[in-house]
Amino acid sequence: MNQYSFGWCRAALLLACLSVMSACATLPKDAFKLTPTSLQDRQLQSRQFQTLDNKLLLSAGAGVLQDMGYSIDESNTSLGVLTASKQADAKNGGQIAGAVLLALLTGTVTATDKEQKIRICLVIQPALGDEKSSVSRITIQRVVWNTQGQISRVESINAPELYQAFYDKLSKATFLQANQI
Amino acid sequence: MTKRGYALAFMLVPVMLLTGCASQNSHVMEGGSAVNLRSFQTRAFDTTDKHKMMRTTIAVLQDLGFIIDKTDEDLGLITGTKLSGYQIRMTVIVQPRGEKQLSVRASAIYNDKPIEDPLPYQDFFTALEKGIFLTAQQID
Repeated sequence: MNQYSFGWCRAALLLACLSVMSACATLPKDAFKLTPTSLQDRQLQSRQFQTLDNKLLLSAGAGVLQDMGYSIDESNTSLGVLTASKQADAKNGGQIAGAVLLALLTGTVTATDKEQKIRICLVIQPALGDEKSSVSRITIQRVVWNTQGQISRVESINAPELYQAFYDKLSKATFLQANQI
Repeated sequence: MTKRGYALAFMLVPVMLLTGCASQNSHVMEGGSAVNLRSFQTRAFDTTDKHKMMRTTIAVLQDLGFIIDKTDEDLGLITGTKLSGYQIRMTVIVQPRGEKQLSVRASAIYNDKPIEDPLPYQDFFTALEKGIFLTAQQID
């Protein structure tokens, strides 16, 4: 072995050790902790409705989700829970263009996002400090698969404009005003 | 490092890969750990309002970034999933404990591996305490 192959050996060994260690990736310390943005997230995801009728809000919510092509996975009227999911396209023009460019330059084909499964969870709770209102909160998550069929991302979607779009529809469906909290 | 050193190191890597993450240490304390695990997954609360406890648990899980997958009020069962670059699946069971208390047991799976560290559960119960305005009591 010459000097260069020794260097290569060292790099390969380091890489191998790193991959062994990363296989044991541990739970992030803040996974079960409320973050500084938790309260703000809750406010963005929630709206207050002047009703205590769980059934009204949940069935309207189910209708709205059905309109958008979701199927209902779980519902519990008494606890005020509704969870729905749908499969959707995840192709991204910019990402594909980048991959094509990279393929042209280097000859390697990189995987791009292809499909996603989106899940929405709607929870209705009695409003604190107002006995005549309920608070509705939605949270959204997605899993994205790439063109090689591998999972490329698992994440929560934090997008106030999506929450607003949902509540606009829910408001119309219930004939109730969705108030920011 | 000499040539022989490298050869030895390379032989060690596949061995490390084979043994993977389940280090031998995990077997040392095997047997008694189930009781231990249960004790740090469980807390007692001075309330009998199971419905409220379940609704609060759902709210806390939402605060922590979970989506509710499944609920069963008769069994006191709530299952949720968190996706944030990783996946955590959490099961919570709320049950009456004697006549004046409820017990709440939480168990979580992180990327297909059970979480056996007490700290994440401690964090969860701290959040739940704040949500329900009651003290989470350790059970022996």
